[in-house]
Amino acid sequence: MSQSYNRGLVEDFGRWREFSAGMWAWIFHKFTGWVLIGYLFTHIAVLSTALQGDAAYTNTIVALESLAVVRLLEVGLLAVAVFHILNGLRLLLVDLGVGLDSQDKSFYASLVLTGAIVVASVPTFISGVF
Amino acid sequence: MSTQVPEQQAEETEAEQSAQAHEQTPQQKRQDKKRERQEDAAKRLQEEEQRREMDADDTYHLKVFRFDPEVAAKQEPRFDDFYVPFEKGMTVLDALMYARDHYDSSLTFRHSCRQAVCGSDALFVNGSQRLGCQTQLSDLEEPVRIEPLPHQDVVKDLVVDMEHFYEQMHSVQPYFDPEETPEGEQRQSKENHEKIKMSTRCIWCAACMSSCNIAAGDNEYLGPAAINKAYRFAMDEREGENRMQERMEIVEQNHGVWRCQTQFSCTNVCPKDIPLTEHIQELKREAVKRNLKFW
Ligand code: HEM
Ligand code: SF4
Ligand code: FES
Repeated sequence: MSQSYNRGLVEDFGRWREFSAGMWAWIFHKFTGWVLIGYLFTHIAVLSTALQGDAAYTNTIVALESLAVVRLLEVGLLAVAVFHILNGLRLLLVDLGVGLDSQDKSFYASLVLTGAIVVASVPTFISGVF
Repeated sequence: MSTQVPEQQAEETEAEQSAQAHEQTPQQKRQDKKRERQEDAAKRLQEEEQRREMDADDTYHLKVFRFDPEVAAKQEPRFDDFYVPFEKGMTVLDALMYARDHYDSSLTFRHSCRQAVCGSDALFVNGSQRLGCQTQLSDLEEPVRIEPLPHQDVVKDLVVDMEHFYEQMHSVQPYFDPEETPEGEQRQSKENHEKIKMSTRCIWCAACMSSCNIAAGDNEYLGPAAINKAYRFAMDEREGENRMQERMEIVEQNHGVWRCQTQFSCTNVCPKDIPLTEHIQELKREAVKRNLKFW
């Protein structure tokens, strides 16, 4: 916006170190929302192999689930989904004007809870591939 | 600091010279040398202590943004260092004034009331929008980095162009404008006053606007301060229902309340503690109530 010269990092994302809780929540929510949309397409692609018959679908699933990368991505997907849901509930409360004074705490709570759920899920997701 | 350190060095060299000038026996010379060394060591220790003390308590290290399109040497923005002697209760504005009055009279910044009333000295201090006059140096980590408000054109040093902010403020018609004026006083109920009380406290400092990521990306966005102004009058019952409808139409526009993504950065920085996000959200709900009818 400043035409006279480039103020560099003052004006752009280079200020991320100084972002407050609500700003991070917004960035994470955008990011996770779009990752979920991305996953939706992958999900449909995998499911639609069932159109070629039972065996094709089973083969696809077994092949995918035998890959360590896929298992790791699943953990990531869970993290993204859980955070999006928890922060989504937070945003719904914010829209209703409920608990606005603790919006930062509810963001941290979303993060901690997401972390806990993801860690707890790791054994289930990882079992058998490593 | 800059004056004290060279003074001590001068004293030291004087002492050395006078010691050398005397005619002495070798024994005396040795003793003298020894004493000198001891004195030197003690002095160095003392100096070291002083310096540490100065660094810790007595001076504050400011890093101040400098820019001046009219001076060749300052056309490239840079940061200048100032070491300002600390006094209890000193604010960022006090420190800037000291730096200007003692070190560099060309250092430029706005200020007037010095008590968080006029709204002229919103600055970007250690990564956050604050009023210089309301921010205690002792609450800040050193070096204290002082910059002009981000997302506004810099005119010179810490002075930014406020024109756009004022335009946004004016676009919400920030004045009391009732449909009917009764005879005599126009009284407001206690409850209604409580409701709008916080929103009336705005001092037009633009800290909120500067902190807002959305306003940074959308120049037409009304911004937190203007929406809060609109709230102050829309929620004032004395203006009447039709006037409120008109005001709601202003905030519902494309670049109005719906741009707000509830990041709370404005609420966090507002020096008058106005719950800006709360007011914006309330206007959003009011807009939905007016436009959605299922019955
Ligand atoms: C229980 C589950 C979910 C909840 C509670 C939820 C909640 C929300 C809320 C409240 C918003 C609006 C944020 C705002 O006010 O700016 C939002 C945005 C969004 N959500 Fe969800 N959501 C959920 C599931 C999903 C799923 C499954 C997807 C993807 C398929 C998704 C994709 C998105 C996207 C793309 C956005 C917009 C992000 C942006 O602002 O660009 N959400 N979500
Ligand atoms: S709402 Fe607060 S931060 Fe924004 S201009 Fe008014 S006083 Fe300054
Ligand atoms: S000098 Fe008036 S608000 Fe700081």
